[in-house]
Amino acid sequence: MVSSDRLVPAGRSLLLSYRADRMRRLGSLVGQSILLLITSSSILAVLFIFYFIGRDAIPFFQAEGFREFFTSADWYPSGDPPAYGALAIFYGSAMVTVGATLVAVPLGVLAALCLSDILPFSIRQMVKPVIEILAAIPSVAFGFFALVVFAPLLQEHGGRLLAWVGWLVGGPLAVLGVVVLSDLATAGLPEKLRAAGRGAIGLVLAVVAFVGLARLGDFFHGLQIVTGVNALNASIILGIMALPTVVSVSEDALQAVGRELREGSYALGATRAETLVRVVIPAAASGISAAVILGVMRAVGETMVVWMASGNAAHVPEPWYDFLASVRTLTANIAGDMGEADQSLGSSRYHVLFAMALCLLAVSFALNMLSEWAVHRSRKKMRGQ
Amino acid sequence: MRRFIVFLVSAALGMVSPVAMAAETRIVVDGSTTVGPIAKQFAQYYMSKHPDVNVTVSESGSGNGAKSLVNGTCDAASMSRFMKDNEFQAAVAKGVMPVAHVVAVDGLAVIVHPSNRVKDLSLAQFRDIYEGKIKNWSEVGGPSLSIVKVGRDTNSGTYETFESLVMQGARVSGDTETTGSNGAVRARVQSTPASIGYVGLGFVDRTVKPLAVNGIVPNRETVASGVYPIARPLFLFTNGYPKLGTPLHGFVTLYLSEKGQEIIEAIGFVPVTDY
Repeated sequence: MVSSDRLVPAGRSLLLSYRADRMRRLGSLVGQSILLLITSSSILAVLFIFYFIGRDAIPFFQAEGFREFFTSADWYPSGDPPAYGALAIFYGSAMVTVGATLVAVPLGVLAALCLSDILPFSIRQMVKPVIEILAAIPSVAFGFFALVVFAPLLQEHGGRLLAWVGWLVGGPLAVLGVVVLSDLATAGLPEKLRAAGRGAIGLVLAVVAFVGLARLGDFFHGLQIVTGVNALNASIILGIMALPTVVSVSEDALQAVGRELREGSYALGATRAETLVRVVIPAAASGISAAVILGVMRAVGETMVVWMASGNAAHVPEPWYDFLASVRTLTANIAGDMGEADQSLGSSRYHVLFAMALCLLAVSFALNMLSEWAVHRSRKKMRGQ
Repeated sequence: MRRFIVFLVSAALGMVSPVAMAAETRIVVDGSTTVGPIAKQFAQYYMSKHPDVNVTVSESGSGNGAKSLVNGTCDAASMSRFMKDNEFQAAVAKGVMPVAHVVAVDGLAVIVHPSNRVKDLSLAQFRDIYEGKIKNWSEVGGPSLSIVKVGRDTNSGTYETFESLVMQGARVSGDTETTGSNGAVRARVQSTPASIGYVGLGFVDRTVKPLAVNGIVPNRETVASGVYPIARPLFLFTNGYPKLGTPLHGFVTLYLSEKGQEIIEAIGFVPVTDY
């Protein structure tokens, strides 16, 4: 304990008068209750959001039932009779989210790995803020870029662009894969054979990877992209938007693994690749999955970019994996269909948007809980429990 | 001289007095989302000229506009269609005599990329394209490219026009891209060689190519005269013809003035009169 005379200014008694004591208690009570009020107001806001969205969503289900909404892909809210099949819109949301995840997660996790374990400290200090700047760009700016710059680019040079991206992303991945795989494959060999074996397996793998990439490049090159606003465009832009979240959360998770584990691994004779793949990544897995979930949430909830970049065609593409087709997402549909006109009518056409919002909220909420759970688990793991 | 002064004073009073009398005048306009922008611009202009008149415009759809007029909750109902039988009957039963003022004509131009060699589509072909029956430009004499259909969100008045005059009950195919404004449709079409879109006539410029429909090129004359097939009149309905000289009269006849026509053209509609 620190001696009390250093905390209390000279000449002031530690003893308080009864009155002063009461005043002080009252003051702290008032302060605490104000803080409690402020804290609970944000909780109240969350509850109110659930309440009001639910209140406006329920009339839709009462009037139209669940079946059509969840099973039909016919979205003609203004038709006569109207059709409220939201399946295609759910599908569009899922498609764009999956696409964005495919862009953001590998890039983000690899970037985080590179930042935390490979790049020297001084470079990391410069690179990380630059990645985080991405999070500061307003989504409408991303959307504008997607619509005005990226969409025409995709239309005119889409095939070539995709082929390049294939090489750019696939190339380093292939190199990394070849190195890591040949490393792991020869780990069991005796010391003398290891270098030669590694070379031979690496060469075979490299040839396979090169041929594969060339095939992929040719395929992409042959693609004709008629419309630049499509699921691919939205996915890429959304992926880039989700990138900073994924990078910084997973980098934090990787950092939290700590020196001891890495040094222990090296001390046991593991290579850097083995340490990364078998020690660092498994140890940070919960944190990385939290990062992935947060990235997915970012992609699910984004509105402006998808409204501008996805083309908003309410249909399930044919074939179902056609990322070059326009799709419509829940968020864009709510934003696009929410007109003043509907509100005064109070029709199903108005309430259906709230039904969609409710579904979106439920998904978001579930993802949020999942990420909380993942973070919690990773913390527990880090403490060695 | 004295007489002249009296004349001047009375003239001045004469100019001021209707304004003074109309101190509490309110004009309530309700109805179509298509006509809404015209009514809003008219209101803004009218209020700038007559600060003592308060014009409120709400957009709740043509049907609601008719209802409001019948119930006496609005002075002018803006409608993108004529009144239906039952609306008329309900009005007459309540002693309301709807009088139609055609303020503008709404014409939709079908636009394609300037590089597209298609010049002409029939209305049926246009409908088939949006219904998804015609999928490739080669089916209508164009290059072998799959058609990219660009449309509007279902809330817009332009979509309403398109739905009633072109689709005529048929469903727009699900793979139609949806955008939020006339300008956005034009932007999509000017950057996409395989695209087709529809915009208000006022939004056609050099960056896109308007198609002739049924052989008729859309322009002010063909739209205003009704020769062009995708055109319809836009109405303001009042209860009886407004008393001459009242603010309501001034408001609903704004479309006859030069300024009114400028406003109508600026929003992308076609004036009915041609000064």
